[in-house]
Amino acid sequence: MSEKTEYWRANIRLVMGCLVVWFIVSYVCGIFLAPALNHIRILGGYPLGFWFAQQGSIYAFVVLIFFYAWRMNQLDRKFGVQED
Amino acid sequence: MSLQLMTYLVVGATFALYIFIAVKARAATTGEFYVAGKGVHPVLNGMATGADWMSAASFISMAGLIAFKGYDASVFLMGWTGGYCLLAMLLAPYLRKYGKFTVPEFIGDRYYSNIARVVAVICLITASLTYVIGQMKGIGVAFSRFLELPFEMGLLVGMIIVFIYAVLGGMKGVTYTQIAQYCVLIFAYTVPAIFISLQLTGTALPQLGLGAHMGGDPNNMFLLDKMDKTLVDLGFGAYTIQKGSTLNIFLYTLSLMIGTAGLPHVITRFFTVPKVKDARSSVGWSLVFIAILYTTAPAVGAMARLNLMETIHPTTGPNAGQWLKYDERPTWFKNWEKTGLLKFEDKNGDGRIQYVGKANKEFQNEMVKVDRDIMVLANPEIAKLPNWVIALVAAGGIAAALSTAAGLLLAIASSISHDLLKGIIAPNMSDKGELLASRIAMTGAICVAGYFGLHPPGFAAQVVALAFGLAASSIFPALMMGIFVKRVNNIGAVLGMLSGLGITLVYIFWFKGWFFIPGTAMAPNNPAHWFLGISPEAFGAVGALLNFVVAYVISGITPAPPEHIQHLVEDIRVPGVVRR
Repeated sequence: MSEKTEYWRANIRLVMGCLVVWFIVSYVCGIFLAPALNHIRILGGYPLGFWFAQQGSIYAFVVLIFFYAWRMNQLDRKFGVQED
Repeated sequence: MSLQLMTYLVVGATFALYIFIAVKARAATTGEFYVAGKGVHPVLNGMATGADWMSAASFISMAGLIAFKGYDASVFLMGWTGGYCLLAMLLAPYLRKYGKFTVPEFIGDRYYSNIARVVAVICLITASLTYVIGQMKGIGVAFSRFLELPFEMGLLVGMIIVFIYAVLGGMKGVTYTQIAQYCVLIFAYTVPAIFISLQLTGTALPQLGLGAHMGGDPNNMFLLDKMDKTLVDLGFGAYTIQKGSTLNIFLYTLSLMIGTAGLPHVITRFFTVPKVKDARSSVGWSLVFIAILYTTAPAVGAMARLNLMETIHPTTGPNAGQWLKYDERPTWFKNWEKTGLLKFEDKNGDGRIQYVGKANKEFQNEMVKVDRDIMVLANPEIAKLPNWVIALVAAGGIAAALSTAAGLLLAIASSISHDLLKGIIAPNMSDKGELLASRIAMTGAICVAGYFGLHPPGFAAQVVALAFGLAASSIFPALMMGIFVKRVNNIGAVLGMLSGLGITLVYIFWFKGWFFIPGTAMAPNNPAHWFLGISPEAFGAVGALLNFVVAYVISGITPAPPEHIQHLVEDIRVPGVVRR
């Protein structure tokens, strides 16, 4: 397998991982499980499902993008495909 | 100083600033007109993208919808931020590597077909125009309030200002102006939110205030519990509980997310950073700046609603339990009545305002019209904040609407002049001719959007949501498959885009009226008539799915893309130069 294919595979793995988290924090915690999670309260009076839908998911998205950018830059260097 | 004068001063001062920057940085060459010479720092680019992104829908409309829909409005919060993950991981770095000016240019090259390019232009114009219609609604609301004019006149003034603003400056003017606009709008959004959060809960951070205890409440309830109780007592649904169908909420969010990553004016932003590496982090920075507003919005919405209900039907103080007398209504109420966006009808003739939900058996609702789009602008007045804060919010709302309208108009203009005219019809056109054509296209787009803005097919954020559905169903799948699936060819992509856009448009027009013309809808726009309970705003996700399937299947049974296209795809997958 060529190095380029290897790089692309690593990239896809990383993206898939990030998107799984992306799906969990928004769709799973914020929508599908929200009614159940609402029985738990955090940060004072926030029902947890409601918090994920209106606050938590957004924080998670920010962290995810920077994590992805950081990991991708590492991959770029590892495979020597970074820009000059 | 009177509020009117103060508003003129603040709005005037911010305007002077934008125009000063725009004139200072007037675009000289075509390259600069579109993408600011690819020299914008990722953090600054992120900030400008924030201003570009956060439009009248985010600033003026969204918190209003949250105020009235509660949990169900979370679709906007998650949808309009989560899309940045898709943008960062699936599109931005690759499109930056490819390094062209416009989205249709990429689609035309990747699918080696001028037809694909034209179809992309059509998709782009449909989505962007719908988006501008939403902005026009917001601009109309802001100007009508601040000039104390009827909504229609406010809209007209807004159109003229957008015209002067967008047609004279190019992207470079827009990039640096937008950084200034971001600062104005985020300041204008967070300052009243902090004030109100302090008033109600004693907590300065609105993000925490929303979860905090009510300061003055004798029972020391949590603010959200108080909301639920107040609304349920008056016959509205509970605030924190889901009311719509789960399928619709899921697809609505998905539609907005995919649409975010498919909207040309946002994607083009990431063509302007110096490196692929910067494109990745720049998306992150954009989201940081956007998240500041988006995590504040739920507090703004909830607190505005609570203050509104307490004004009309106080639960504490000397008038507890009594409905507000119409003659004693506050000034903000009278001012908004002038715009025609707030209407009261004394149905039982008792001279008091009964504002109740459908489940209330005792009274009929007398607030016959409460336009959701006025909430954010009225919010500081309802909370009795100082005049300068109210003026600031007006300036922020106008900044938000203007910056996005300008960005979108630029995307429309460049797709017409650069892709359609110079790219296909008249390749020998001079730079000067191209600039002129793009300015004419902008003017046309402003007029069309202004016309539809008079009879918008929904509140600003809902109209904008339709635009996202259209972008989601047409542009995003073509871009994503262009990068990730080598096998997708010209025929597959074209048919995919057409079927995605087509089915979504028809579904929207079916319930909203053909070309949004009132009275031409084929079925009433409510859950009972929707297909599987999917609202027109949420249908983009279905359109996108169809687009993916059609493109994949058709490509599988038609010839594979030529070798040089396969190399092109391999090239854009790596940031550096490819050695073969």
